[in-house]
Amino acid sequence: MSVLVFTESEEGKFKKIAQEVVSYAKGVADQLGTTVTAVSINGEHNEELGKFGASKVLMVSDDSLTNFNAEAYAEIIQQAAIKENAQVVILSSGANSKFLAPLLAIELKAGYIPNVTHLPVSSTPFKVRHTVFSNKAYAISEFNTPIKIIGLAKNAFGVKENNVTAAVERFQIEITANGMEVVSVDKATDKVTIADAEIVVSAGRGMKGPENWGMIEELAKVLGAATACSKPVSDMGWRPHSEHVGQTGKPVASNLYIAIGISGAIQHLAGINSSKVKVVINNDPEAPFFKAADYGIVGDAFTVVPELVEKLKEFKSQNA
Amino acid sequence: MKILVCISHVPDTTSKINFTDGDTKFDNNGVQFVINPNDEFGLTRAMWFKEKQGAVVHVANVGGPETEPTLRKALAIGADEAIRINMAATDGYSVAVQLAEVVKDAAYDLVIAGRESIDYNGGMVPGMIAQLTGAHFVNTCIGLEVDGNSATAIREIDGGKETLKASLPLVIGGQKGLVEESDLRIPNMRGIMQARTKPLHIKEPVTAEAETTVDQFEKPTPRGAVKLATSVDELVQLLHNEAKVI
Ligand SMILES: Cc1cc2nc3c(=O)[nH]c(=O)nc-3n(C[C@H](O)[C@H](O)[C@H](O)COP(=O)(O)OP(=O)(O)OC[C@H]3O[C@@H](n4cnc5c(N)ncnc54)[C@H](O)[C@@H]3O)c2cc1C
Ligand SMILES: Nc1ncnc2c1ncn2[C@@H]1O[C@H](COP(=O)(O)O)[C@@H](O)[C@H]1O
Repeated sequence: MSVLVFTESEEGKFKKIAQEVVSYAKGVADQLGTTVTAVSINGEHNEELGKFGASKVLMVSDDSLTNFNAEAYAEIIQQAAIKENAQVVILSSGANSKFLAPLLAIELKAGYIPNVTHLPVSSTPFKVRHTVFSNKAYAISEFNTPIKIIGLAKNAFGVKENNVTAAVERFQIEITANGMEVVSVDKATDKVTIADAEIVVSAGRGMKGPENWGMIEELAKVLGAATACSKPVSDMGWRPHSEHVGQTGKPVASNLYIAIGISGAIQHLAGINSSKVKVVINNDPEAPFFKAADYGIVGDAFTVVPELVEKLKEFKSQNA
Repeated sequence: MKILVCISHVPDTTSKINFTDGDTKFDNNGVQFVINPNDEFGLTRAMWFKEKQGAVVHVANVGGPETEPTLRKALAIGADEAIRINMAATDGYSVAVQLAEVVKDAAYDLVIAGRESIDYNGGMVPGMIAQLTGAHFVNTCIGLEVDGNSATAIREIDGGKETLKASLPLVIGGQKGLVEESDLRIPNMRGIMQARTKPLHIKEPVTAEAETTVDQFEKPTPRGAVKLATSVDELVQLLHNEAKVI
């Protein structure tokens, strides 16, 4: 028996969410009195997963899996779960993990609970705490199946060092072509994505027009942040849809979320609730966002943001 | 081409969420229910296939009689027939099993569901339907074309998009991008009148045990008041020294 965890990588490099899920898996394994086995598909430096708590890494290297393929990946994780006699399988909230999770659940006849925010509340019966209603509430749910799949919410548990020695083992399974193929991948490589970002700088209709986004991008650049926006901003075509955050857009679970000229409508807040620290810049002291924020400045974005960029540059040069 | 659009019946996005019975049940009191936003984008795309490629469009919901107004709304938007599987939706798995039965019975070529429902945010029903019926699956789908027996789907990935080709049958987990916000349709009087006489079939569920059960709901603890900085300098210091995020 062991706790199995799927560790997402990109071009061989493990994502931060991979480190986070291994850290979490170690916590679960400790509760159950067992160890963690990681599944790595085309990841490099697999032994480094030991640092976060994996005792074993099943390493799959296969050039035909360079592009993500949900059916094949689910099949690999399924085989690994059988081999390791896994009782608990842990996935992240990354796009690929969320894609393959339901396929895996059916194959393993396992219950699947996503958006889990804490270590299991109890192990017999096996219960977990997770968010529901777009982060407006939590639920404690119980698994009724022998195998349990947990989808860990991003940034809910954090990365923890556990210093275990990981034994890396080759794991090869036959993948058959399945009538589905990737034709092209179109991806900006120079930009921080909302999914990976520690800091997100987001702006709304208060910015008046797309021509004023220069200062937003500059602020994001000093902070190493991703840029985001409110729904109307993407609906009007000021910014791409991929930047729309909220209940009907992307969820944001960053350490810091800075909202500029965004009123704080309930649908917007639902998407950013799981961010740790929220800062609001708005010229209307009555803007609802102030009720949901940790820090704020009441002021005109057109003066506050450029000043903030300057101060942060100064701050960075002093603290470099 | 036969299309099934899976419609989840969810609290309107502006709803305040409350619970009853010792925080074990969702409190419907005063809550307005709507078509799940992701499903509305999918339904609108299905209307395009109907108008441009002569597709037949059915909609299905797993739920009690209270979801019928939502199905009628989908009919008013233009779906040809509706199916309600008469079962309280519990977990994603048992819902997927019911929908998979519907799909197998009528051999749909394309099943359009939403990336996630905004109530339980499971994001699991579409993938499970695909796996249960042996169809291909594309999640977070933001573009879809069908040519004969082959579909081209665009999927949103972290930081970009990916274009996939898949043979039918296909299940998608759709979202905004399938159509734009401005393409969404408000049912007109004619549509509403027609919807009254369109078939709404009620189907009894097959047996499927829930794999997960909610024991208890909790509301987040109310947060402390916002700290207002009087200068940008002060804000930078607060973020550095107190919040420790920069
Ligand atoms: C079904 C449904 C789903 C939705 N889903 C989402 C969603 O997922 N995400 C989302 O964001 N919205 C969503 N919405 C829309 C939401 O209800 C709000 O309309 C939207 O979030 C408002 O965007 P905003 O804050 O940018 O604009 P506004 O509400 O217009 O707010 C602009 C803000 O900028 C401030 N401002 C103006 N000038 C300045 C200045 N010079 N300096 C500083 N501040 C200034 C104003 O005081 C105001 O607070 C949804 C709506 C519906 C009906
Ligand atoms: N009770 C239901 N009836 C019909 N379709 C549903 C139901 N629940 C979920 N779905 C479909 O599955 C999608 C994802 O839902 P979920 O897995 O619950 O997040 C929804 O957008 C719907 O298309």
